[in-house]
Amino acid sequence: MRRETTRRDLLLAAGGLGLATVVTVRPSEATPASMQEAIRKVIGEAQVTPGKVKLDIPPLVENGNTVACAVNVDSPMTAQSYVKAIHVFNEKNPQPNVISAWLGPRAGRASISTRIRLADTQKVIAIAELSDGTFWSDSADVIITLGACLEDPV
Amino acid sequence: MARALINVPAKAKRGDVIAIRTLISHIMETGFRHSTTGAVIPRDIITTMVVTYNDTEIFKAELHPAIAANPFVTFHTVATESGTIAFRWTGDNGFDVSEQAKITVE
Amino acid sequence: MTRLGAVLLVLAAAASAVAAEIPLAERRSSYDLLSPETKAMQDDDLSNPGSLWVLEGETAWERKTGEANKSCADCHGDAKETMKGVAARYPAFDAKRSTPVDLEGRINICHTEQQKAPAFPFENRELLALSAFVARQSRGLPIESNDARLKPFIDKGRALFEVREGQLNLSCSQCHDDNFGHKLAGIPMPQAHPTGYPVYRLEWQTLGSLQRRLRNCMIGMRAEPYAYGAPEYVALETFLMWRARGMKMESPGVRP
Repeated sequence: MRRETTRRDLLLAAGGLGLATVVTVRPSEATPASMQEAIRKVIGEAQVTPGKVKLDIPPLVENGNTVACAVNVDSPMTAQSYVKAIHVFNEKNPQPNVISAWLGPRAGRASISTRIRLADTQKVIAIAELSDGTFWSDSADVIITLGACLEDPV
Repeated sequence: MARALINVPAKAKRGDVIAIRTLISHIMETGFRHSTTGAVIPRDIITTMVVTYNDTEIFKAELHPAIAANPFVTFHTVATESGTIAFRWTGDNGFDVSEQAKITVE
Repeated sequence: MTRLGAVLLVLAAAASAVAAEIPLAERRSSYDLLSPETKAMQDDDLSNPGSLWVLEGETAWERKTGEANKSCADCHGDAKETMKGVAARYPAFDAKRSTPVDLEGRINICHTEQQKAPAFPFENRELLALSAFVARQSRGLPIESNDARLKPFIDKGRALFEVREGQLNLSCSQCHDDNFGHKLAGIPMPQAHPTGYPVYRLEWQTLGSLQRRLRNCMIGMRAEPYAYGAPEYVALETFLMWRARGMKMESPGVRP
């Protein structure tokens, strides 16, 4: 199955670049603006404050297809004070949403992890919604590198 | 043919916070890739994951194409009582897979 | 030939001379070059995506199939016992065919000749699942290559490893023997030992065979890959396993 032809593919096919690599510039439709819009769609007009949330993503990734991503929120997770939801967004994939997870006091700990795809070097943001109606966030910048020997469709 | 691997501790003490890890096979086709003819390969992803503990929902996640193939999702829950933790993944093209694990809480 | 021509010829020959074998104590798996997150992905069966194929393979092992309506288990019993160490010494010499056969090839021979079912196509999911399941039974065991009948094929594989090819006019050996540990376009160059096959490659987002990986290498060097199933791949695999002998199997591995 073929991925979109990029400038990198054309240059390499011309034999011009050889094995020198270029951090890919994949034509993508998302922008920081559309990420903001996606965030608003999910959390409305509420204010988001940096803090309480810890987004763990390796700063340099071997392959953008599978990036470990963990979110931890500092919360007692009691019936009075807990994390209702965690939302993760990205800046430069074709789509800004990554995952939304709904927790609750039964979670015991506001800690989730998964593996995500990142199309390009970009910023990832995690937003937590607390039971008191406030929103908190953390962000991380991730650099995506590429393997040197590229594959064509099998 | 979807296989799911779930890791739920077989035993826990009442009140312990336990970690649950899940891995399910799924291509998670984004809908943004093109075939060699230039046609878009249609989206085919898991969209929702719901977990219940003795029929009470304890975790729900909405997945998007940015989730890597063969989705790996981990979360936590309080071991409240013995019983069944049930997992259900649903998505495009009628994808609907369920798994269960038993837990003994003392 | 002119004197200059002769000198250039000698230099060119010297440049692509037989690369020295990496001594056992210095053989390193590509695992060592992985980021901590990718290592963690491989180490734990629960988080290793290859486990999904191992599970499917375990089911396929028990399934009766083909006109003979037999399962792998019917002849081979409990794979945990009977398949232990098998993948660590494959490709293995097939006396009937007088050539080595790799693991996927062997599974396909059983599938067609014993189970009397149509052959699995290359990179077929069930074939890879069975290969992953069988290879998993060798995890932790040292790679072995001590069958004298394999020697001509090891030599053939070595020649293929050392020949320059493709638009970039590179040989495998120039990177993986002469320059391992150095960086190519920011990525550390591995010694290229097949310790983790079939492998879950992040680039593929799926599990694939050593043959698929070798095709990737050839395409990456802008060389035309051999046809699927070509004897050149088996020769290369036989040589690579010989070159890696003594190293521990990691299958199913995870690689970027």
